[in-house]
Parts: sequence; structure tokens; C-alpha cells
Amino acid sequence: MSATGLGASVKRTEDIRFITGKGRYVDDINRPGQAHAYFLRSQHAHATINAIDFAEAAGSPGVVAIFTGQDIAADKVGGLICGWMIHSKDGSPMKAGAHPALAQGKVRYVGDAVAVVIADSYAKARDAAEKINVDYGVLPAVTDLKKAVGAANIHEAAPDNTCYNWHLGDKAATDAAFAKAAHVTKLDLVNNRLIPNAMEPRAAVGDYDSGTDTMTLYTTSQNPHVARLVLSAFIGLAPEHKLRVVAPDVGGGFGSKIFIYAEETICAWAAKKIDRPVKWTADRSEAFLSDAHGRDHATHAELAMDAQGKVTGVRVHTLANMGSYLSTFASSVPTYLYAPLLSGQYNIPAIYAEVDAIYTTTAPVDAYRGAGRPEATFVIERLMELAARETGRDPAEFRRQNFVTTFPHQTPVIMAYDVGDYAGALDKALIHADYKGVAARKAASAAKGKLRGVGFSAFIEACGIAPSAAVGSLGAGVGLWESAEVRVNPIGTVEILTGSHSHGQGHETTFAQLVSDRLGIPLENVAIVHGDTDKVQMGMGTYGSRSGAVGMSAISKALDKVVAKAKKVAGHVLEASEHDIEFKDGKFTVKGTDKAIDFGSVALQAYIAHKFNGQELEPGLKESAFWDPTNFTFPAGVHICEVEIDPETGIVNVERYTAVDDFGKLINPMIVHGQVHGGIAQGIGQALMEGAQYNSDGQLLTASYMDYCMPRADSVPSFNVDTIETVCPSNPLGIKGCGEAGAIASPPAVINAITDALGHEDIAMPATPAAVWKAAQKRPMKHAAE
Amino acid sequence: MHNFEYAAPASVADAVAALAKPDAKVLAGGQTLLPTMKQRLAAPTQLVDLRKVAGLAGISREGDAVVIGAMTRHADVAASPLVHDAIKGLGALAGLIGDPAVRHRGTLGGSLANNDPAADYPAAVLALGATIVTNKREIVADDYFKGLFETVLGEDEIITKVKFPIPEKSAYEKFRNPASRYAMVGVFVAKSKTGVRVAVTGAGSSGVFRQKEMEAALAANFAADAIKGVKIAAANMISDLHGDADYRAHLVGVVARRAVEASA
Ligand SMILES: Cc1cc2nc3c(=O)[nH]c(=O)nc-3n(C[C@H](O)[C@H](O)[C@H](O)COP(=O)(O)OP(=O)(O)OC[C@H]3O[C@@H](n4cnc5c(N)ncnc54)[C@H](O)[C@@H]3O)c2cc1C
Repeated sequence: MSATGLGASVKRTEDIRFITGKGRYVDDINRPGQAHAYFLRSQHAHATINAIDFAEAAGSPGVVAIFTGQDIAADKVGGLICGWMIHSKDGSPMKAGAHPALAQGKVRYVGDAVAVVIADSYAKARDAAEKINVDYGVLPAVTDLKKAVGAANIHEAAPDNTCYNWHLGDKAATDAAFAKAAHVTKLDLVNNRLIPNAMEPRAAVGDYDSGTDTMTLYTTSQNPHVARLVLSAFIGLAPEHKLRVVAPDVGGGFGSKIFIYAEETICAWAAKKIDRPVKWTADRSEAFLSDAHGRDHATHAELAMDAQGKVTGVRVHTLANMGSYLSTFASSVPTYLYAPLLSGQYNIPAIYAEVDAIYTTTAPVDAYRGAGRPEATFVIERLMELAARETGRDPAEFRRQNFVTTFPHQTPVIMAYDVGDYAGALDKALIHADYKGVAARKAASAAKGKLRGVGFSAFIEACGIAPSAAVGSLGAGVGLWESAEVRVNPIGTVEILTGSHSHGQGHETTFAQLVSDRLGIPLENVAIVHGDTDKVQMGMGTYGSRSGAVGMSAISKALDKVVAKAKKVAGHVLEASEHDIEFKDGKFTVKGTDKAIDFGSVALQAYIAHKFNGQELEPGLKESAFWDPTNFTFPAGVHICEVEIDPETGIVNVERYTAVDDFGKLINPMIVHGQVHGGIAQGIGQALMEGAQYNSDGQLLTASYMDYCMPRADSVPSFNVDTIETVCPSNPLGIKGCGEAGAIASPPAVINAITDALGHEDIAMPATPAAVWKAAQKRPMKHAAE
Repeated sequence: MHNFEYAAPASVADAVAALAKPDAKVLAGGQTLLPTMKQRLAAPTQLVDLRKVAGLAGISREGDAVVIGAMTRHADVAASPLVHDAIKGLGALAGLIGDPAVRHRGTLGGSLANNDPAADYPAAVLALGATIVTNKREIVADDYFKGLFETVLGEDEIITKVKFPIPEKSAYEKFRNPASRYAMVGVFVAKSKTGVRVAVTGAGSSGVFRQKEMEAALAANFAADAIKGVKIAAANMISDLHGDADYRAHLVGVVARRAVEASA
């Protein structure tokens, strides 16, 4: 292994610019003559818009234009779309209510954009917006997921506020398994609603060039090409060849920047309308209100087992809150990204899941780090832990007994697990966590009047999404391949153009490591180009832990082509057959001779084309590739959390946190660990602190950091993170992806630890001090074995 | 933020004069005022910045009291050996306010003028029986606080300094609101020759208050166990997203006992 090649913990080269303030984010972009947008948002959760009076606002100093839903309707601006079709049990298509970028006739959540004021400065736009008078006809808010079906109708197109009633699995076989079960474990679970809180809020600059009739949108996007596709093909802003989308440095996304939102759309549209660049940067309050939220499930789950402790069936009914509108990929999250993971790491013969997707008058809900898989992991890992406790089994050994051990393994819910070593991760995790010492540590805590508990989470996720034909058959509106282009310059430096997008993941380092490794050139001779539809032809972007498994595989494939071509060039230069050329460590050699030429010289020869016939071999050295994966990848691992609770205050201290993950091959272990650390912190946040709350009027109560609690550095212990490796067979690099694992695995580990400490199951996320104190007042119900 | 006029007077007298303008407001560390202006919840037309006013910042010992200027930042109180030696609980309290950025801007005077029911300083001022000195008068702590965000300060009144009598023992124990890290329950305990005073912030629905039953019990026996039996009524406690009144009432007892144990 070289110091900069695959498997080396190279320091992130991009960090120099980030930590010295040289990052270039959307808000850093200013275009000549630019005007500023301010969005007037509904303060009602549900209301008709009877009239909007902006006469006074229009005369306010500096105002350039004010637009409402009527203007975008008149211009035939298409509505925001959901790109994944789900069919209900009865075969009917999901019911997606229209989602205009500016409300038309009705508002459906607090924060819904009603009008945009464009002025010479942001302050002037905001001043003017205060003078707009909207005559609302207030309708009842619908915020309780469990009561939404019979409540006031939000979308005419969706009776009973139901988007779909979907199911997966074999109901009859599952019911039969439950009928025969020796023991059934039942749980009611809430997966709390989260607000993404990327460090950089969303922002956009729309820039229209009337000379060339081209539109440029600078935007905080995880997938600029998908944004261009949607803005062009569905919303109809401009044809693709006249629309450039640039996502420069982006300060975190966690899923929330996948989606095509109203504000970005309006900035681009309005720029053409007023023939001036239009800029908008969300403030933090707007981010709380209008970024797509995550999770928000209410689930009843059951697990059946036989007398020997073998799990025989899982049955799940989930209510999924979609919020007020169906966001870009919202429909896929509680369906195909969720239920297919309910088999966990276990050999479970029968699984049946029903999901009712429900509208409420709250912010739209869509993919958030893990997207569906954290929800599934929470269900199965809470069930497994409780089933073990109820039947007097050790939770680790109960899991081990049910692990899938032979591969490939077809689950009853779509997925074909390709490879894994679940017991291997468990064994290592038990050692790292000093599981043997738990009893002594529990006793020591008890002596101090504290409660100590240990919780497991043996998670699996389906990542690297995904084979295009497979997702197409499940309803996806797009293919989920990735593209790459390798441009070798005449002196042998290399530019990689990738459709993946880095917004914290460190692609500029890891992707360059791959190139350095394969071409034997120094890291600094490689540039990673991404995030600009004018530079990179096409791409599907970054989410679902796919940039390594899919994005780098595309680069790998293109590099193969470059090497093949370079061998031909080298053959001509070295006067040997291309079949006798070997390429290693940046040198082309002729087999069995000492004739050699380095990569840079071959590149130069490819461009000067003196040594070969340009009709037989094309000059130049540039190749591209599209990689379509052959399967999902299946990162898996075992996380063990140990907490100590102060029953007097309800404070939960995460004392130890062990993670042993299998991500296949690692490109850069330091970055992988960083991803895991961040994910665990986020999951601890979900388990202990975070939770969006609306009141019954639909007002967001957790609308700032005064009330929405984010994990801080001192909320988490030093993590004990390790890996095992089974090589992923479905991509050339053998990698599975690591971006979401921590956030997927950790919430059930934390809650299982808390319930172990409490001796009962009656605690919901977030397990805040107040909630844990209340729970600690309850006398533990004795588990069967105790 | 709306437009406003800005003045940076050099003396208290000039500051008071500038405050005479309609909708004028004093600006100290800006840690409360500026965010509310940015959110357009406050829109003063005139800001009177106290930063250049001579003599408003500083810590000194005057006889049996520690005197801290209104413009003294939390970080300076937290770092002051004088404060730590004389009133341990006060120095500790200042170090628990917000985060480093807040502590390097926020001031004692600003905190007291604002009287946020979850702020920390009010507990120290009330438990220590401090005296708030303004350009017009001296106000004893027991007369100063008037409920949520309310004090007896007049429109044109500027806090210049606060005199903290030095106790024998003191401690401040803070149970943080998990989100904001303001006090969800903060208890300041001060034992002096004249008796024991216990002040609670963060919990009461009308702001900081003294817990007189605890004071009496501790005067008789200054030990955590002495207040174990004191029942705290939930009736006057704040109930919000982060904890209901029962929880806060319970925490007052726990936090007070821990404060007594920590007293030095
Ligand atoms: C992120 C964050 C976290 C915080 N956490 C905490 C915490 O944990 N605990 C806590 O107690 N506080 C906390 N605060 C508040 C902080 O302590 C502020 O310093 C304090 O509330 C106000 O002080 P200031 O000097 O910033 O006053 P400013 O914001 O400048 O002024 C506040 C008010 O007081 C008035 N005022 C200021 N000085 C005087 C004076 N000398 N005389 C008369 N009126 C005056 C102003 O006109 C204004 O109305 C936090 C603040 C932030 C932003």
C-alpha cells in the first residue's frame, strides 16, 4: 500500500480550504446586478388564500418585483414533483397532491411559501414583505399522525389524507408463522421527526443570460444533474442544454439537499422574469421550517419465535408522516428503503409489512441520513432485544443464533444479501465493549445510585443504490448509475469528472487516492471536478452511501479504459505489442525487457501522436464510463452502547460506544471512521435529544436551537470504532459504503441500553432527561427470565 | 433587522441623554438584544452602546463586597481570581453561561436588565443579596426582579455596577436545558453570618425566586440532608417542551442539595 493509495488514511486535502475560510459556497457567489429574494411564508398550518394585497409592499423602497402563485401559474411553471411511484395494495397509484413552488389558493404548513419579494437588498425585500397583507381563511391543522385519516382534508387528490396504503411480503405465510409461534414480542414504536440542520443552510442564485438565453442556477445540491433534469423536464424552466446547475462547496446535506425545493426553483425562474440575478440564502429559522424533515413513523411491530429461540416471523404496520406535500423522493423512504431491511441480519422466513403514508399539515418529510433504513433497524433491533429479554436469552447470543450465515441469502423482502460475517463483527464488538465486564460495571453504578444498561444493534443497510433496472421496477423515476470521465492532460496530470457530489464526504481526497493508486501518480497531480452540469455531463449525485460503491466504480471503469488506451500508446512508443505491455506503479514496461516509459510521457505521446497512426489509434487520452451496479451493497455491523442513568435527574450518559462495521474494502480508514463518528453522534442525537414538535395548531415548537436540541461534542463519549472486512462482490472496488451506518445503527443501540438500565420498555425517542426521569419512576416490570 | 441610529457615548450622563430619544435602547454585549432585532422581534430606533462609557467594566473588592461593573463580561468574571477567592459560586456561575463566544460578549448588566427567567446571574444576585447600582439609585436584590423579563428599572435607567456581599460559603448548581443550555433549574446557595439564602432560576413561572423553606432548614443545619424533606410545589413551575412542572419541582430539590454539597 502506498502512502496515498487505496487503504491509506490520507488527510483530507480539501480541508485546508474549508478551515481557512476559502471554501466557496453558494452564499459566497455574487453576480453583477443581483437582486435578493425574501419568501413570505404562511404562518398558518392550513388555510385558504383568499387574497394577497401587495400594493403597499410593491411601492416599498428597493422592491424590484413581487410574485405569487398566480404568476407562476400564468407562466406555466410546473409543480414540484415526487420521482418515485408507489402503488397501494389495491394497485392504485399513490395520491400526490399538487405542489406549486408558490402556494396557489391554499397553504398546507407553517412555512409554505406564499409570495416572493425581490428587492435590491435582502433587508429591503424583507421590509417590503412585512407590508404584504394576505387574507387567509384558516382551516383546521392536522398534526397528529394517528388522527390524520379522519381529519380535515389537505389535498383534494388524497382522500383521508392518505397518499398510499402499501405492503410488502407474504401476509398469509407471516400470519401462519405467528399462529404457530411459541412466543410473540410486541412493540409500539415512534421514530421521531428530525430536522436535518446541515451547517450551511440552503441557498440559491439564479442567473439568466438573455444574450444566449441560458439560465444558471447556483444551488446547495447533493445532485445538481438531478436538479437540472427536474427543473428542465418537469418544472419546465429551460431545456437542459440551456440550463446549467452548479453546486459548489456545499456544507453538509444529510439528504436534505437532494430535493428540488420551491425557493431554488423560484430564484432561477425569477432571474429570467426580471432579467437580473436573484439570490436567496435561508436563515436558520427558515431552515427549521422549510427543509424537508426526516423519519416520523409510528409503528406497531411484532416478532414471532419458536421454542428454541429461532425467529420465525416479523409483522409490521407503520404510519409514515409525509408532511404536507410529497417531496422529491419521499414516497420511497417508508417503502422500498424501509421494509426490505426488516429482515435485519437475520434468517427470518416470513415478513409482512404494511405502510400507510399520511399527509399532515407539517413540513414535507423525505430522506434523511439513512432514509428508511434507520427506521427499519430501529424496529428490528428493538424487537430482537426485547424478544431476548422476554425469553431470558442473552441479546448477543440470541442475535447470533438467528444470524444469516450462508451467502447469498434471499430474504422474504426483496433483498439478496451478497456477503457478510455477522458473527465476526459481533465477536469483535463484544471484546471491544468488554461485555464480560458489564455485570461488574452495573454493580459499580448501582452502588452510586445509578442505573447502567447495555444495548445492541446489529444493523444492516442496503446502500450503493442501486441497479437501475431494479429500482425502476420498484417505481423509481430515474436510473441510479453513476458516471465518470477521466481526462489525462498532456503532461500526465489528471482531471476526474464525477457525477457524485461531495458535501463533506471528502471525495477530493478519496477519489484522488483511487487515481493515484491506479495510475501511480502523486495525489497532487489529480483534480476532482464535480458539481457543475456544464463540466460533468451527467450524474446521479450523492446520497444512500453511494459515492464510493457507485461513483468510484464508474471512475474505476473509466480508468481501466485509460490504462488500456495508454498501453496501446506505450506499445507504439516502446515498439512492442500492446499485449506485452505491463503497467505498474506508474510505469509501462515491455514484458521481459528493461524498456520502460512513465505515465506522463505516455500521456504526452498520446497527445502529440507522433509515434502512431492517428487513423488507427485516436490521439488523446480521455475516457468516460457509466457504472450501473449489479446489486445493492450491504454494509452491516454490530454496535454496542453502554449508558449510565442518573435516576434523580434523568440524565443519560453514554459511557461507552463500540462499533464494529463491515464496509468491505476501505479507501481511507480515517475518513471512514469520521463518517462513522458523525453518524453515531447523529444517532445519539436522535435517541436522546432531537425531535421536531408541532403543536395542535401546526406551529413548529422546535423552530430554533433554543428548543431543538442538537448533539454537541460533549454529548458523546470517545467512540471505539473498528471494522471487519468481507469484500463486496458487486463492484470492482469491493466497497460497501459507510456514510449512513452510524446514524442507522445507533438509535436502537442507545434505546436498548436505556431500557436495559430502566428494566422496562416504556421510553420513546428522544429520551430526554425529563422523559427518562419519568420512566425511572416506574417500577421495572420483570422480564420473564429475571 | 430594521434600521436604527447608533450612539456610542463616553459617559453615563451622555448615555442617559441619548436614551431620551423615543424607542431608544441600551446596547451592552448584544447577546440578547441583537438576535431579537435580527428576528425583528425588537426594533429600537436608537441604540446606545455602553462599550465606550468609562468605568462600567471591572472587578474590585470594596470592604465586604465584590463590586462588578455592569459592562464586565461573563468571561472576565469567570476568570477572575478575586471573584473565585471571595465568592466561589459566582465565578463558577459565570463560567457556566452559554458558550465561550457568548461569555466574551455578554455582560452582567445586560443579563440583569434582561432578566430572562432562565438566566443564571439572577440566582446569584438574589441569593447573595446583592445591590444593583444604577445611574439613579441603589436597588437591593429582593426589590429588583419583577417577573419574566421585568425589573424595576426605568426606561432611562442604566445599571452601572453590582455589589455582591461576600458570603462564608456559596455554590451554584445548574441543570441545563438540553437544547439552549440556559438554566432549566439553577440554584444558588449562599451562607453568610446573617443566614442562608437559596435562589432558584429557570424553574419559576414568574422568574427567579427564593426558596425560604430551604433557607430556614439550612440555617438550622447547613447540609444537603436538611432540605431533603422540603416539598417543592409544582404549581408555580414552568412547564414546557423540555420538562413539565413536576419535573422542574423535583429538580429544584435535587439541584439545591447538590449546590449545598458543593458549597465552599
Ligand atoms: C447562544 C447564547 C447562549 C446563552 N446562554 C446563556 C446561559 O446559559 N445563561 C444565561 O444566563 N444567559 C445566556 N445567554 C444570554 C447572555 O448571558 C447575555 O449576555 C445576556 O442575556 C444579555 O447580556 P448582554 O450584555 O449581551 O446584553 P444585551 O443583549 O446588549 O442587552 C440585553 C438587554 O439589557 C439591556 N441592557 C444591557 N445593559 C444594560 C445596562 N447596563 N443597564 C440597563 N439596561 C441594560 C438592553 O437594553 C437590552 O434590553 C446566552 C446568549 C446566547 C446568545
